[in-house]
Amino acid sequence: MSNNTDSNKYTILFAIGMVVVVGSMLAFTASSLKPNIVENERMEKQQNILYAMGVNENGATDIVFVGTDKVADEFSKYIAKQLVVDESGNAVENNEAYLIDVKKEKAKAKNGQKRDLPLFVGQKAGQTYYIAPIRGKGLWDAIWGYVAMDENMVIQGAYFDHKGETPGLGANIKQRYFMDDFNGEKLLTASGEFKGITVAKGNNDPKNLIKDDYEVDALAGATITGDGVSAMIKSDLKLYLPFFKNLKNQYN
Amino acid sequence: MGLLSKKDAKLITDPLTDNNPITIQVLGICSALAITAELKASLVMGIAVLFVLGIGNVVISLIRNIIPSKIRIIVQLIVVASLVIIVDQVLKAFAYELSKTLSVFVGLIITNCIIMGRFEAFALGNGPWKAFLDGIGNAFGYAVILLIVGFFRELLGSGTLFGVPVLGDPIEKTGLYSTGYENNGFMLMPPMALIIVGLIIWVQRSRNEALIED
Repeated sequence: MSNNTDSNKYTILFAIGMVVVVGSMLAFTASSLKPNIVENERMEKQQNILYAMGVNENGATDIVFVGTDKVADEFSKYIAKQLVVDESGNAVENNEAYLIDVKKEKAKAKNGQKRDLPLFVGQKAGQTYYIAPIRGKGLWDAIWGYVAMDENMVIQGAYFDHKGETPGLGANIKQRYFMDDFNGEKLLTASGEFKGITVAKGNNDPKNLIKDDYEVDALAGATITGDGVSAMIKSDLKLYLPFFKNLKNQYN
Repeated sequence: MGLLSKKDAKLITDPLTDNNPITIQVLGICSALAITAELKASLVMGIAVLFVLGIGNVVISLIRNIIPSKIRIIVQLIVVASLVIIVDQVLKAFAYELSKTLSVFVGLIITNCIIMGRFEAFALGNGPWKAFLDGIGNAFGYAVILLIVGFFRELLGSGTLFGVPVLGDPIEKTGLYSTGYENNGFMLMPPMALIIVGLIIWVQRSRNEALIED
């Protein structure tokens, strides 16, 4: 048998055997761990949404979500309404809107189907937050986030995450100093047109004191990831503009 | 070293110095360039490679006599890939936060030439115990270089170590920055890692001339 390992027959049999063994091992691990993973991802979404509206346990410079043990309670406490918005701005309440997969909705829109836009209405200390999920492309893979706005589409908080950006460069969109830069930035021009926010190099405003320049300071060595953040803010948050217009009309 | 024979001990200590995977064998350069912009990423990558290379070397060594030589590279690749994916899935289920930190590295570990290189050069021809020591030794040698490069890149590029500011605040101009010092943004770019690795190679070879090939 020892010299037989070079024969074609043995090679093919070995390959088949290995595929079966490794395949079933991976399938077994994946399916037996799936419930835990799904649960973790569900809690993470709630944590991210709460983070964007400022419900977190942050220290001075780090990012600390509310603990997984109490995230469900906090979520029902702070998130007053979960809406599904359509592209003409009509909103329907849906208590599981946070489970909507933005990636699938984006694919739907590409195929010309109607797209559901989840929006979460949070209440904290008398202020109302409108939190929208966004999703786009970074340098290597998907990037996504949650942006909390007030009724004038002024950003109140943002959370970004990524699947595979370069550690130390693009991955820094997940850092406090980048996310916090968005606070107070406007998305609309004075006349109510949607303008968005650009992650700009040479912004010359590293402390972000100028809140109405529609720009935040870019990260060194992360041009493409930064462009991706600008692009997803522009494309995804723009879709909510009709909703905010309707909201205004209700009060006027 | 009562636990290990002299020969076995050499398997661990050699890769740390005279047979370092990065500076001498020139393996694992790509990941050394990609992720050393900060110390934390270097450390995480070092630990991850330690696990994968240690276990992977043993697995390959155990099945070395039954692997058909024509498809051995594919077999090695599958062993690494499934190991990494299983670990990633388990972490996702039981240590979600940790898995989020590591997920970026999964692809980098699978394609890391240091792993394939050690499988091919060592595990295929040696017993499991020796292969394990070789894996651990090389992973340590790899991690040491990663940490050295990460130290300089993070310190000079961002003025921090493990994310903690050590030179003062560049925006408020305190500490060293009050003298007009600026962070060198170049250090964050991958090519600078190559220059630092080059400097390490230079220092190492000038200290030990036996390492110089002609």
